[in-house]
Amino acid sequence: MPQILKDTQVVSDNWLLLDDSAESIPTGDILMSYEQWQTFSGQLSNHDGKLAVWLEGHAEIEQIIEPLLDLPLIAINFPKFADGRGFSSARLIRERYNYSGELRAIGGFIRDQLYLLNRCGFNAFQFSDENELSDAAESLKDFSENYQVSVDQENPLFRRR
Amino acid sequence: MYRYDNYDQKIVDERVEQFRDQTERYLAGKIAEEEFLPLRLQNGLYVQRLAPMLRIAVPYGMLSSNQVRKLAHIARVYDKGYVHFTTRQNVQLNWPALEEVPDILAELASVEMHAIQTSGNCIRNTTTDQFAGVAVDEIEDPRPWCELIRQWSTLHPEFAFLPRKFKIAVCGSEEDRAAFLLHDIGLQLVNNAQGELGFEVFVGGGLGRTPIIGSSIRKFLPKQHLLSYLDAIVRVYNRYGNRDNKYKARIKILVKAWTPEVFAKRVEEEWATIKDGPSTLTDSEVARVTGFFSAPDYQDIDASIADQSLAAQASENNAFSRWLERNTVLQKQAGYRSVTLSLKPAGVAPGDVTDTQLETIADLADQYAFGELRATHNQNVVLTDILCSDLFELWQTAKQSGLATPTIGTINDMICCPGGDYCSLANAKSIPVAEAIQRRFSDLDYVYDLGDLELNISGCMNACGHHHIGHIGILGVDKKGKEWYQIQLGGSANKNASLGKVLGPSLSREEITDGIEKLLDVYVENRIADESFLNTYQRIGISKFKERVYASNS
Repeated sequence: MPQILKDTQVVSDNWLLLDDSAESIPTGDILMSYEQWQTFSGQLSNHDGKLAVWLEGHAEIEQIIEPLLDLPLIAINFPKFADGRGFSSARLIRERYNYSGELRAIGGFIRDQLYLLNRCGFNAFQFSDENELSDAAESLKDFSENYQVSVDQENPLFRRR
Repeated sequence: MYRYDNYDQKIVDERVEQFRDQTERYLAGKIAEEEFLPLRLQNGLYVQRLAPMLRIAVPYGMLSSNQVRKLAHIARVYDKGYVHFTTRQNVQLNWPALEEVPDILAELASVEMHAIQTSGNCIRNTTTDQFAGVAVDEIEDPRPWCELIRQWSTLHPEFAFLPRKFKIAVCGSEEDRAAFLLHDIGLQLVNNAQGELGFEVFVGGGLGRTPIIGSSIRKFLPKQHLLSYLDAIVRVYNRYGNRDNKYKARIKILVKAWTPEVFAKRVEEEWATIKDGPSTLTDSEVARVTGFFSAPDYQDIDASIADQSLAAQASENNAFSRWLERNTVLQKQAGYRSVTLSLKPAGVAPGDVTDTQLETIADLADQYAFGELRATHNQNVVLTDILCSDLFELWQTAKQSGLATPTIGTINDMICCPGGDYCSLANAKSIPVAEAIQRRFSDLDYVYDLGDLELNISGCMNACGHHHIGHIGILGVDKKGKEWYQIQLGGSANKNASLGKVLGPSLSREEITDGIEKLLDVYVENRIADESFLNTYQRIGISKFKERVYASNS
């Protein structure tokens, strides 16, 4: 079973990523794209297992997020690590829409972004390439103090000095 | 100036360790080249034509003597004995070894310095007026606000991977000495009708391939909302800026495409959701940071007596008189002046300074300037708060060290990028052009007669030498493997900012100095009274200049 980093731990991942060409939803815990979630909307209510949706980092969060907020998992895809739009999307989902489920980074992000991704609200990380996850988890501890407000820090440093 | 507390120090120390680990993993082959690239850029490390280049942050240009001595030490131990001051008030090392960069960063951290976000697609060093706190025309000292922005932007979790680099400048005075209208965000400190302090906010200015002057998107932003409003602007840019084409990725392109009005509306909508949140600045924090920039212990000076004795010294020494005229400015504090130490002697790349000169500068700062100094966007160094009675002595020491070239604000005080001698982006060399011009116009009487004249040289259209805003701008271009130089006229970076117009076909390296001389001849022949080059150009237009420069070529 594939492994991911979740809440700083290396854990087995039960979610099955739905194939692009899938014509129906198999049983089990299924992670599907937002487009698939719309396509299969009629089948969702009698699905045997849990459901989750992944979004592109540039998704119009304000327009699509409301019906997804009850899902146990929302994932955001990074087409490449230099595309920083997913950082903003994550904060919106956490801070404006108060989503409290698993927020997972998927796609092309890299280990050295983990600390910042975590501050923006991601608590789970599914690397697309081979990565020694326990080593990568070290990068979650790159800093012990920050200046700004973030998902894990509701007050900026100047209110805590 | 601002001093770190344990929090600031810890963040910078942890950044050093983070980069040390990244460098070790890269050298061990555990980080791919393309992944290490943004990681090293976010710490100011480029790989250049000849060697890596490390850009060190000098927040809003402020340096202590202690920090300057550390720079001298680093230049000597880790580099070839000199550093380069940039047009964004930063400092660059041209020859560090990659393996040693973590050690250099640790040395910097020991004096409260770093290289965080001096490159890469993130929020860069915030710049401002080199005369902040002492300028005669100051509305409010911009430095506390720059420091607040520095802290807000340092390792900001959301904005480390923007579409493109992002630069902020703050102007606190009537006259603009920070080119703030040519930044991604330009902030002008203003008082509203009720006497409350705030900012007029400009966005979308910039140089580079598509030079644009910034547009005002908010006439008055109350000061306590500065950080949340910046968050809103950068979030809109991060989400909607172009990421497909790096030449269309700066915020100016988005602002232009949407129009400033629509961009402003989007920012206001975003801001409405975060306004009045915990990022709202507190009075105590503003007071804490402002306290670091309190005035030094000025003596009570009779200005008329100070002026008289200066005039007496000047009348006895022509060289001192020239320097006093060009290289010092009055301060709002009577009896004190600010001194610009020139880093533009002929034969030295503009902005370059040696380790021993740095130590002299540090000594001068300790002896005369309360231990502080400023880097300027014109690539010089400023010492403020000099007692008028100390100027002669200071000048003598500066002169011995080659730091008193009396040409500030003249054609020989040119802004110049490192160009093709160092930079891998450049199309043409810029330093030899600067040197040829300085050697041609070595007659100081002629240079003074020309008066205030900004000549800016860039070795490529990325415009690090700010050629668009020089009264005379020179742009290096590559044509079939040969270096050519395009001339632009009429640029200006003041409050009525304007972008230069192209004079005509580019000139060869051999022709460029003659071309500049012809421009100056046209000016001298056409000026009225003590009209400046820029004003003459604005009055008579480009055609006379054009005719003269190209006449002999036809």
